[in-house]
Amino acid sequence: MYRYDEFDHQFVRERTNQFRNQTERRLSGALTEDEFRPLRLMNGLYLQLHAYMLRVAIPYGTLSGRQMRQLALIADKWDKGYGHFTTRQNIQYNWVKLEDAPDILDCLAEVEMHAIQTSGNCIRNVTTDHWAGAAADEIADPRPVGELLRQWSSLHPEFSFLPRKFKIAVTGAPHDRAAVKVHDIGLRLHKNEAGAIGWEVIVGGGLGRTPMVGVTVRDFLPQHELVGYLEAIMRVYNLYGRRDNKYKARIKILVHEIGADTFKSEVEAEYARRPHPTTEVEERELARIAAYFAPPAFDKLPRWSASFEEAKLANPGFARWAKNNLGPHRVDGYSIVNISLKPEGGIPGDATAEQMRVMADLAERYGNDELRVSHAQNIVLPHVRKDDLLAVYQALENTNLAAANYGLAGDIIACPGLDYCALATARSIPVAQSISRKFADSKRQDEIGKLKINISGCINACGHHHVGHIGILGLDKKGEEFYQITLGGSSAENASIGTILGPGFAGHEVADAIETILDTYLKHREAGEEFLATYRRLGPKPFKEALYATA
Amino acid sequence: MNTSEKGQLVTANRLRDGIAVFLTRSGAWSEEIDEAVLALEPEAAAALEGRAREDEKKTIVTGAYLVDAERLNGRVRAAHIRERMRALGPTVRLDLGKQAEGKGAAFAAPEGE
Repeated sequence: MYRYDEFDHQFVRERTNQFRNQTERRLSGALTEDEFRPLRLMNGLYLQLHAYMLRVAIPYGTLSGRQMRQLALIADKWDKGYGHFTTRQNIQYNWVKLEDAPDILDCLAEVEMHAIQTSGNCIRNVTTDHWAGAAADEIADPRPVGELLRQWSSLHPEFSFLPRKFKIAVTGAPHDRAAVKVHDIGLRLHKNEAGAIGWEVIVGGGLGRTPMVGVTVRDFLPQHELVGYLEAIMRVYNLYGRRDNKYKARIKILVHEIGADTFKSEVEAEYARRPHPTTEVEERELARIAAYFAPPAFDKLPRWSASFEEAKLANPGFARWAKNNLGPHRVDGYSIVNISLKPEGGIPGDATAEQMRVMADLAERYGNDELRVSHAQNIVLPHVRKDDLLAVYQALENTNLAAANYGLAGDIIACPGLDYCALATARSIPVAQSISRKFADSKRQDEIGKLKINISGCINACGHHHVGHIGILGLDKKGEEFYQITLGGSSAENASIGTILGPGFAGHEVADAIETILDTYLKHREAGEEFLATYRRLGPKPFKEALYATA
Repeated sequence: MNTSEKGQLVTANRLRDGIAVFLTRSGAWSEEIDEAVLALEPEAAAALEGRAREDEKKTIVTGAYLVDAERLNGRVRAAHIRERMRALGPTVRLDLGKQAEGKGAAFAAPEGE
């Protein structure tokens, strides 16, 4: 795993000291709120409905057991005993006091963590595939490039005051688990016939009030040109991106307004202007970073584990969990464990300090001391021996972490919504809870199969509702909450933006509406056909008819 | 007899910890919305807002604003769900926030369900 060098340590410490001083000046009145707001936001501190909220960066979602344990400590000591894992692979604390924030940042710095790049109009914390370095289908681990981009973009002076925030996602696998097509820049690794690797560069994707799927500006960019080329993109955006209107300031609007071809030629012209020899990524630096992500010393194991197979036969609960929550590992005898933070009727993404400590223990004991946060608000143990899976499952079961619904109807993505968020127009979590309870029956979830339900509590779309197979958007209608349903979204390699089905619903009607949609799917699906495929084959018509016929 | 007064109150977040607070008649800030002073006339609302701005300068609170509300039988109900939420705490964690500390208002955040 990546470890800070001396420069990183000093940098984060200085930054924390700076923030302590800024906080003291705010509390004494030397700084006004208008002066202080951008400073606290640069350190991940927001003011929400009930208190301050601190968003902590987890670069490319990777954590060690020690770091997870520190997150638990913060939850206990300065919050109310829990944290919320987000769709940006970060963690948020909901009940932070301003006067405590500098101490929390110090506590994070002890384990090489911080809250830089979690807010503001800068290049945000880079996200990636939560199965990175473990997935069977992966061409190469995307995290060295993620780390390279983190180092390049961290407080980059030229890109610290962009027209708007900027999000980069990276995947090293053909099956896109990092939603790269709906980020400002998405990077997707390809291997050509000669066996060489290159990056597809996708620009101008995004969600929010104007959802768009990004366009490919380069099919196969050599790795050593990555930073130089991204710098050219950033310069074109920084120059032409709209600063007159916050809602038109993201790069997706620029790409859309001037057209993909014009945008691309601007980037190529900028790139050609650059003195190439000095902008190439130093192979040495990438190699240095890559060494930190060297794969663990895997044991040579048979693909088939007798103890694992026997345990499944003896324990149906374990068998079902194993069927749904394990991902195929690239090394024989190992599995990727997906820990669902979506218990029946629970709050998506929330984990108690105790649960965090259990997950940290499991990572240290069985998982090469690695944890990942997924953008679906779950936690991943990327490298677990099949022989150890039963022990892991039992420990999870004892801590209410063994929900066997990974990738199913109960695995709902939801933003904090109006229960916590100052920007929200409606609540998200209670809707997620009602759907989760409605489909609590495990047989029914298994029968429905792979499904992504995403809920956002406002148009800013932190719950990524546009790319949910079923998306739910909470809005405010004259002081009352109501919910719009979209169908057919996807954040995978076949990315698409969902279509609004029809008039919205009151909060208590949403779970029934989802049930009607899924019953319609079950009625019309062909053998082995997943929800998204059925929707794409049939279009919205049968779903619309079922949903609004009785109205 | 039921009594009802409609008007505006001032709310803000306490600077040092961010807790939602409400301006009271004495000029102090309370965590309890029921203790808020209700301005029944626009002039009175402007005066309350002026007091709040002073307290912002004194670093007591931040982000003060006026909220439509009514007082029913001595209890205060904010017009918008967002403000009822701030007066209570998250509806999904009834064990946390003001509702858990007995400082919440008498009115549930969501209605019409």
